[in-house]
Amino acid sequence: MNTTTLTAPAQAPASSHLTAARERGPHAPTPGGRAAEAVRPTTLTMAAALNAGLRRAMDHDDKVLLMGEDIGALGGVFRVTDGLQRDFGEQRVVDTPLSEAGIVGTATGLAMAGYRPVCEIQFDGFIFPAFNQIVTQLAKMRSRTSGATSLPVVVRVPFGGGIGAVEHHSESPEALFSHVPGLRVVSPASPQDAYWMIQQAITSDDPVMVFEPKRRYWDRGPVELAGRDRGRVRALDEAPPLHSARVVAAGSDVTVLAYGPTVRVALDAAVTARAEGTSVEVVDLRSMSPLDLPTIEASVRRTGRCVVVHEAPTFLGLGAELAARITESCFHHLEAPVLRVGGFAVPYPVARVEEHYLPDADRVLDAVDRALAY
Amino acid sequence: MTETISTTRTGGATAEPSHGEPVMVQLLTPAGERTPDPEHDPLVAALDAEALRERYRAMTLARRLDIEATSLQRQGELALYASSRGQEAAQIGAARGLRPQDHVFPTYREHALAMSRGVAPLDLLRLYRGTSHGGWDAAETNTHGYTLVIGAQTLHATGYAMGVQRDGTVGTGDDDVDTAVVACLGDGATSQGEVNEAMTWAAVFKAPVVFLCQNNQWAISEPNTRQFAAPLTERAAGVGLPSVRVDGNDVIAVEAVVRAAADRARSGGGPTFVEAWTYRVSAHTTSDDTTRYRESDDDALWAPLDPLVRLEAHLRALHAAGSGEDQDVDAFLADVAAEADVLGEALRGDVRDLPDPEPASMFDHVYADRHPLVDEERAWMQDWNAEGDQP
Repeated sequence: MNTTTLTAPAQAPASSHLTAARERGPHAPTPGGRAAEAVRPTTLTMAAALNAGLRRAMDHDDKVLLMGEDIGALGGVFRVTDGLQRDFGEQRVVDTPLSEAGIVGTATGLAMAGYRPVCEIQFDGFIFPAFNQIVTQLAKMRSRTSGATSLPVVVRVPFGGGIGAVEHHSESPEALFSHVPGLRVVSPASPQDAYWMIQQAITSDDPVMVFEPKRRYWDRGPVELAGRDRGRVRALDEAPPLHSARVVAAGSDVTVLAYGPTVRVALDAAVTARAEGTSVEVVDLRSMSPLDLPTIEASVRRTGRCVVVHEAPTFLGLGAELAARITESCFHHLEAPVLRVGGFAVPYPVARVEEHYLPDADRVLDAVDRALAY
Repeated sequence: MTETISTTRTGGATAEPSHGEPVMVQLLTPAGERTPDPEHDPLVAALDAEALRERYRAMTLARRLDIEATSLQRQGELALYASSRGQEAAQIGAARGLRPQDHVFPTYREHALAMSRGVAPLDLLRLYRGTSHGGWDAAETNTHGYTLVIGAQTLHATGYAMGVQRDGTVGTGDDDVDTAVVACLGDGATSQGEVNEAMTWAAVFKAPVVFLCQNNQWAISEPNTRQFAAPLTERAAGVGLPSVRVDGNDVIAVEAVVRAAADRARSGGGPTFVEAWTYRVSAHTTSDDTTRYRESDDDALWAPLDPLVRLEAHLRALHAAGSGEDQDVDAFLADVAAEADVLGEALRGDVRDLPDPEPASMFDHVYADRHPLVDEERAWMQDWNAEGDQP
């Protein structure tokens, strides 16, 4: 059951010419600042797909602003906003003071003034100075004003571990925000989803937290870029709904629920399990709030067994809610208790031992085996 | 009389400042004497006797709201109330220094300011009765809802002002278009990180913000000495904000200072920090007990500095000098008192008549778009309550 080698990312044919370069204009850079302008790749890293999605959203709506630390000339520490300040100017791509509460608090004010700010929090562990603004203000302002105030604010959060980082750079705080009414919480697992979901989040009139799996930023995958007046490309409203889950690997014996960085882990486990004669269905949740329960429940009713995987500590993590929900709604279909595979109840560990903390395919397969043994 | 309100002995904040205290702008002494000030007089040149009576009237009505609301809380009709008593001049003066297109982001103690901007007194009490977390439509008066988390609104104001900059409604020279944004805060709020972030952001981006800090000397039970060890005007200077301290119990001076700050913001000159030096006459809220922490002579010290007392004295002096209205001052005061009685009576009835919201309305407006969990739980509550209604 050695699954430490990750599945090679899919590569799209280099000859394809479907990109957003033409709609961006002749001088716009290729998303992510890579390759030559003449080339229009359909294979992008997640970072480049996010960049393309942000660019398209800014092209379509002048009210869309980007705000964050080092997102301008530097292009963000992960280069997700590379080239955008050059093309859209300092009024729309704002290098902010080093002040997370300020970023979210002023974004809230900008939203009240009719703008659609997209905030970048540099790392998961640095979101807490903004926690007050997100929880007490951003999430509650619509309700407080009886619906008079829309808060179309996106908060982008590179999250999760596995990059060998120092403290505060590898955390998974998504459950903290999923617990807060008024927020929407999503996490893309692929470049294609990143491209669609960032745009959908921006068009939402509700605050949306987008947890971006930072160790997947450089994974490449096929991306169908939207374009205007092109028959063969999809418009934004043809993309899967922002809050829909998706079966990314069909199976019949056990359902594995994952999101963000652990979708790949679950898929790797499914490949190994299949070789051993076990059919694992992998569901990419994509959205943590709201949960797409119909899709989740349909899968669990088919398989009768469920394992939830996330990097965040299992205690009171998303898996706890999912286990409770599935037990209530699928009780008579379950052949085994819902099992959880996640991080431990410890501060995120030092990089040299983080592989022992992060759920890997072996731990997922162990849970699959335990579910099957009931 | 300025020395009476010496900044070295105010309320419980008795410690000698380690830094030099700023000059305080005062145009009307506690005795009601108008003091010449070449810098600020032009800003309030239009304040004739009629205009000053209007301000007296507004302050009186605000004080009546405080009295009635406090009584209503004692009768169990309001869950809580935070009085603005003593701060009427700071708030009415500020309101009069603004233009309709300006936006105000208040705390939860801006009743006089909000009333003066056109928010209905009854609407101010919905929050305190527990029938709403807001109470009014900000779009009608450009006066946003109350914020209870100390200082959080200063960032919203700063962000809103950054929006004004992007809208291009600053520095056009059109008095009806250029817009200033007021961030209200108190002395306690200056200890919040978010307030210091807001001041930094406003300064860095030269946003059209007026920070209106009503220093009422007390943050619940803690005096100024527990909030800052240097004058707030120095704090402002430290982040690059021009600042001014104004006698917050002098309605004329506050109007002048806020008008200057708002004019500066609208013209593209950037933010200003205004410290209105005033006094929280009442307790923090109806749940508070000042006898546990405040010396009785604090009240005695501030009583002669009351904003209504000095304006009344000034109105009498104006009338005596023949520069006022035809109507006798006592007759004017009687008219205002009668108007306040009408307000009070209406509030007593209207507050009691405020209906409780439908229980399931708590599910409305959590999100703009549909949310399955909200829908599910709303349906559950409706079913549950419907079953409970059955015999």
